Amino acid sequence: MGKIEWAMWANEQALAAGLIYATGGIVGVAGQFRGWQFACFGIAAGVFVCLLEYPRSKRGKGTSVERTGQYCFTVCVKAFGPLTRNYYVRAFLHAALCVPGGFMLATVLGCVCLGIGSLIYLSAAIHGEHWEPILPRREPPKRVGDSIKEPPQNPPPRPPPEHRRKKADKLEAAAYDNPMSVTVNE
Amino acid sequence: MSNWIINQGLSAFILVVWMGINIFLFVYYYLFYDLGPQFEYTRELLGSALPWARAPAAVLNFNCMLILLPVCRNLLSLLRGSFICCGRSMRKQLDKNLTFHKLVAYMIALMTAVHTVAHLLNADWYTNSFQGRYGPLASKLSMLGDSRELNTTYLNPIRSNSTTPTIFVFTTIAGLTGVVITLALILIITSSMEVIRRSYFEVFWYTHHLFIIFFAGLVFHGAGRIVRSQQVTNPPHNNSFCKDQPENWGKIPECPVPQFAGGFPQTWMWVIGPMIIYLCERLLRFIRYMQPVSYRKIVIRPSKVLELQLVKPGFKMEVGQYVFLNCPAISQLEWHPFTMTSAPEEDFFSVHIRSVGDWTEKLIKMKFFYLCLRMAVDGPFGTASEDVFDYEVSMLVGAGIGVTPFASILKSIWYKFKDSDPKLRTKRIYFYWLCRETYAFEWFADLLQVLEKDMEERGMRDFLTYKLYLTGWDQSHVNHAMVHFDKDTDIITGLKQKTHYVSKLFTMLRIPTPLAKDLEKKCVRYSDVDPRKTTFYFNKENF
Repeated sequence: MGKIEWAMWANEQALAAGLIYATGGIVGVAGQFRGWQFACFGIAAGVFVCLLEYPRSKRGKGTSVERTGQYCFTVCVKAFGPLTRNYYVRAFLHAALCVPGGFMLATVLGCVCLGIGSLIYLSAAIHGEHWEPILPRREPPKRVGDSIKEPPQNPPPRPPPEHRRKKADKLEAAAYDNPMSVTVNE
Repeated sequence: MSNWIINQGLSAFILVVWMGINIFLFVYYYLFYDLGPQFEYTRELLGSALPWARAPAAVLNFNCMLILLPVCRNLLSLLRGSFICCGRSMRKQLDKNLTFHKLVAYMIALMTAVHTVAHLLNADWYTNSFQGRYGPLASKLSMLGDSRELNTTYLNPIRSNSTTPTIFVFTTIAGLTGVVITLALILIITSSMEVIRRSYFEVFWYTHHLFIIFFAGLVFHGAGRIVRSQQVTNPPHNNSFCKDQPENWGKIPECPVPQFAGGFPQTWMWVIGPMIIYLCERLLRFIRYMQPVSYRKIVIRPSKVLELQLVKPGFKMEVGQYVFLNCPAISQLEWHPFTMTSAPEEDFFSVHIRSVGDWTEKLIKMKFFYLCLRMAVDGPFGTASEDVFDYEVSMLVGAGIGVTPFASILKSIWYKFKDSDPKLRTKRIYFYWLCRETYAFEWFADLLQVLEKDMEERGMRDFLTYKLYLTGWDQSHVNHAMVHFDKDTDIITGLKQKTHYVSKLFTMLRIPTPLAKDLEKKCVRYSDVDPRKTTFYFNKENF
């Protein structure tokens, strides 16, 4: 638990609002109520909000929990860059989308819920939060234990200097000359 | 299968009974409003949307009554105490209170959705009826005014051509309270989502108090009495004869003008009892809050763990129970649960607090002002741990910070053993502790060291066997272990029994639910129904 990231609650609220907005719209259209055009808009706006809000943002502090199958939505939302990253934009977008819902009873609840979601997003934006995509992590480079990294203090053992000099008469024949004898008996 | 019945049977039974009552209420009231002759004319205006609205209303009454009860923890504690005679399973049900609370909440949400949609249709159809779009009978019924001189009572709550459904909803008690409480419910639900609850408890807790508005609105929701039923008139109005000739109503003796009256609001009768009980619960918490608590000792343990030893007159605890602490200097309203780490045999009770959030961080930072701090304690509240003394062999598994009740249990078992308490049947304890990091070990390791030494002195090395599993290790740990493997004591804990290193066993130790589910399944699988053979009784607790 730490400082509240308002965006997390705003996200839950907006997602719920989107569902309620769309449901109200469906009822309005199915019932052929007066003002059913607002209901149509409600369905479209509700679905749009759901798609926008489905991918959770990466948290500033702590572990982020993804929603099931949110990766493709993350990619789509990420593609819009600053429009979706900035929470001021989201707050105003939700506020604008919710207004037509107020003109018809079936979508009124969706309108109010989305309005509240917009206010929470505004609070998130004022607190400097922004949307970060949750992307699959690359494997961190393997770290070896520190104690193994110490360089060797001594050079490897070498033979005495007279054995190190190559024999001149064998130079042409020797492709490789061991500085030390490698046979057992010598 | 039979093991499942022993371990889970009672929970399943309660769920079945609860669901059965829900289904019965829904079907009964659906048929009541769909077939009842007193609603024939109402159905003329609303069709089947009337029963579709009233049936969930009945289910809602029932569930709103139930929802307050599982969160009355003091009441539940009392009940648990009085069920001491009735066996383990009964008491276990009361531990699942939060699960039941959530289940009832889901049902309330679902029924609210159905109820709201049905009433959306009703509002629109009432309006259309009034505007004459549904034929002569509907129009005639809608035109019935509310007039004493003409001796008429209305059926359609829409009384004017200019009323739109939206205006209707926002100008009636039922409509306005309905919108307000549905909004409160939605806010409660979105802030109760697990991800919010586990990360920002304060948002969840404060928003949850919107339930006060919810219940207030709920009680007044039916006060407008807009669901109206037909009354018996003298001479009686014969529906089947008269409905085809609405123009003759009041003109012929067989068809006097039909009279209607609103239904008496019933919701308050369902919820008033639990509301009073919950009020008592909050009062009791307040009384306990006012009782003086004094500090006996305050110890700063390694890794920012704070041990508080407190004394409260008249305080009695059992092993592994938890208390709620409130520190008014930090926050007036917040109560945080902590498992007690002391044994009942001690003359104080202690909690070990680690800095995991705002509240605990502030508490630890204020360590030098403790003498001025007033701490309030609510509890203790029960867990499943009290039965541990009844078994000859106990297997205790704790993950991370969930190991705290075992401090209490191990201490108590050891006290009982030293005092040769005849009620202690335990002969062997196997203790498994899984932890991510090493630095949470220290204070508990100290306890285990003391127990280890004591047991060795009495020649009882086998009494307690513990295995410690470390999951958050890296290569440097391994290297360290490799170098010191032949030492007598464990390099991490200093204990004689070694720590095991395992690769990531579980993805999230913070949430032990998968672990618990797995263990539960294994207990059921490996248990034998025959009481002479080995049976695994599974008990779990989580917040």
